[in-house]
Amino acid sequence: MSILNSKTPEGLLTEKWSRHKAGIKVVSPANKRKLEVIVVGTGLGGASAAASLAELGYKVKSFCYQDSPRRAHSIAAQGGINAAKNYPNDNDSVFRLFYDTIKGGDYRAREANVYRLAEVSPNIIDQCVAQGVPFGREYGGLLANRSFGGVLVSRTFYARGQTGQQLLIGAYQALNRQISMGNVEMYSRYEMLDVVIIDGKARGIIARDLVTGKIKRFGAHAVVVATGGYGNVFFLSTNAMGSNGSAAWQCYKKGAFMANPCFVQIHPTCIPVHGEQQSKLTLMSESLRNDGRVWVPKKKEDAVKLQKGQIGPNDIPDEDRDFYLERRYPSYGNLVPRDVASRAAKERCDAGFGVNSEGKAVFLDFKYAIERLGRNVIEARYGNLFQMYEKITDANPYVEPMMIYPAIHYSMGGTWVDYNLMTTIPGLYSIGEANFSDHGANRLGASALMQGLADGYFILPYTIGDYLADEIMTPKTDTNAPEFVEAEKAVINRLEKLFNIKGSKPVDYFHKKLGHIMWDYVGMSRNEEGLKKAIELIKEVREEFWKDVNIPGELNNLNPELEKAGRVADFFDIGELIAYDALDRNESCGGHFREESATEEGEAKRNDDKYTYVSCWEYKGEGQEPVLHKEDLVFENVKLSQRSYK
Amino acid sequence: MADKILKKLNIKVWRQKNAAGKGRFETYTIENISTGTSFLEMMDILNNKLIEKGIDPIAFDHDCREGICGTCSLYINGHPHGPDTEVTTCQLHMRKFKEGETITVEPWRAAAFPVIKDLIVDRSAFDKILQAGGFISVNTGGVPDANVIPVAYEDAEEAMDAAACIGCGACVAACKNSSAMLFVSAKVSHLAKLPQGKVEAKKRANNMVAKMDELGFGGCTNTGDCEAECPKSISITNIARLNREYIVSCLSK
Repeated sequence: MSILNSKTPEGLLTEKWSRHKAGIKVVSPANKRKLEVIVVGTGLGGASAAASLAELGYKVKSFCYQDSPRRAHSIAAQGGINAAKNYPNDNDSVFRLFYDTIKGGDYRAREANVYRLAEVSPNIIDQCVAQGVPFGREYGGLLANRSFGGVLVSRTFYARGQTGQQLLIGAYQALNRQISMGNVEMYSRYEMLDVVIIDGKARGIIARDLVTGKIKRFGAHAVVVATGGYGNVFFLSTNAMGSNGSAAWQCYKKGAFMANPCFVQIHPTCIPVHGEQQSKLTLMSESLRNDGRVWVPKKKEDAVKLQKGQIGPNDIPDEDRDFYLERRYPSYGNLVPRDVASRAAKERCDAGFGVNSEGKAVFLDFKYAIERLGRNVIEARYGNLFQMYEKITDANPYVEPMMIYPAIHYSMGGTWVDYNLMTTIPGLYSIGEANFSDHGANRLGASALMQGLADGYFILPYTIGDYLADEIMTPKTDTNAPEFVEAEKAVINRLEKLFNIKGSKPVDYFHKKLGHIMWDYVGMSRNEEGLKKAIELIKEVREEFWKDVNIPGELNNLNPELEKAGRVADFFDIGELIAYDALDRNESCGGHFREESATEEGEAKRNDDKYTYVSCWEYKGEGQEPVLHKEDLVFENVKLSQRSYK
Repeated sequence: MADKILKKLNIKVWRQKNAAGKGRFETYTIENISTGTSFLEMMDILNNKLIEKGIDPIAFDHDCREGICGTCSLYINGHPHGPDTEVTTCQLHMRKFKEGETITVEPWRAAAFPVIKDLIVDRSAFDKILQAGGFISVNTGGVPDANVIPVAYEDAEEAMDAAACIGCGACVAACKNSSAMLFVSAKVSHLAKLPQGKVEAKKRANNMVAKMDELGFGGCTNTGDCEAECPKSISITNIARLNREYIVSCLSK
């Protein structure tokens, strides 16, 4: 029997959430005013949670490392948000969205959580429209939908190619309203550096004021971590430069379990790497696969000529083009899920059919859609994405196909939470990308926005009450308590230690080195030997980092290099845990592909007998190997089957 | 289209230790930059070179590096976000510069955006303006079905055009008066164009304009630099719409 209690409610899948809500405790308005909640992060999860909790009457403190809450990286999500509205009358339903998400996640997510996500999804669209989110509409004035990968219905709502931006602005506006009413204290340019535990409960955080460098203590009755994913472990990713895993990692070190860290999503449609001077990768929305066809040349000699720049894509006639997704997966074609599309691109490039000078790119071609629909239609649908592509690459996608390649994008893994979104530390919650709960081993497109907002608007505001109802007699947290003093001291010691190394190399040097190890051995394709090697190599780089990193500037002033150093120091540890987890899971599922576990056709092969569990890792101290606990996944409503998109 | 190497560039950049400090220009040279490198990647490379030499690296704001978060904010060769059009600094690429060129890099210059360090300015005034009314007063839950109120296609499109603002502050930096009218008008238009936002439109315009004036932004004299420099091509017709909402608000008092 596992020590983990997911608190999944009994009863029929369709009734679990209603029954749970009916059973959990509620805090009276008079008591809510006395209770303080810290929310770290202001993306879709954090901003929606902070606003909703403040509306309910809780006193909220909200933190973000950016200069404004509006800049959290949810803003960069492009394509859309899923919801089981069935507006297009194409036989969508809550069950179908639930089923698609479970299957898309390769049967490694909790049924009850996913069903709840699908169940609240229609409310999100209603909420966003009421806030003034300018979703795309049809001429009759009703909302428009598009399709996304891994599904056969159109359930994705969108605001051009800027859906994340518009949803985040909606949540930010709700947050601003609460700030203006005095219900939320906003701390921008603050970074959480530790969580403070008193009597086994989360009671506050230690944060650094990034402008003055001062370390400060903040108390509360509960702490919510909504700090996104850890994709930047890989150095190059579609994450923002500041995106990091440090807040979640401090929670882990204080006793919160990390779940499924090896489930990292590699997005198939990103602008390819262009050289050693690059700092980040840019995503081209999955929605482009609605109208773009993915191909490489059929003939090797054409690929070689493309690589040498001797011919262009338009010199290759249709009959010599290999539309490999349509060939391999006729029923889903270009709209297979992300993990499948990414691996297929890698397979073609590894076989020598890559189309750029490095042989690491495939074409995404709009020629056919432009012929069918006209340039105007394509421009209306994707104009801003085409413009962005042209600005970055200096090539015009209306005239020649885009070049794309997979890149690290999203963390399905994250802090373990129960059905109430509470971690293994009482009073500490994790929402949005920061937790592990809904996407299993692979996230479907347009589901991240859905999950962030579901957690923040419609789930946490209910479930946190169940915990806080027992805290109404707890006085305001005393930040002079010894636990705060000690945590603050540890934070300062660590910063001083980093700062005083005064070695010879900048932080980026080490971050890049880590990124290469992760991409080469813990990336799209993994095997036992490589993972073991990665664990060794990470140890070496970490050692070198702690001996030889050079952080300029001052401790007590704005110091971006110091901020980066702290985050990269944690990335070494996170990368190591990802490798441990990938090593344990000797099966292929979703974004996690173990070479030892593949079908004859090279497709991923799950092993349900051995691995139908959530890996939950417990921290055991510096230099100690983490301990694995397992939460068994029980499927009562879907039949586990080998995922097929053929 | 193929990338070339710029052998040498001079970067003349504003250095300022902190808000109270007196700033000055410093010039650094940088070598072997690919034209396919972004401007901020060039700055990263320059910074790593400065660190190696024991010089404090240049502080600048940046985050998503895909043109949407609005964090990056450099005033390059006299233009907010540099010489290219319809891009933020993070999407500006070195192919827009010439071999041997001296590139001047400054922070946004506006009284309402004080310098924090080097090229980083404090734009919290923008948040404060939005807190004064840049929202629709609905709580979570209890809202009608999303399709209950149809919104004309054109209205939704125009609202989206205005809502595309990323809050970077280029409009203020471009304006000789440091006016925030384009920013404010974009939010007022975005919400006023939608039936959900019309309810509070008058109050919103009034409160946001009052806050904008209080925070020290200048007045609008219709020179149009804001529109020309906006990386998201927010139109100054929004300012006309703001003026209309504002006058209606004043007349109905």
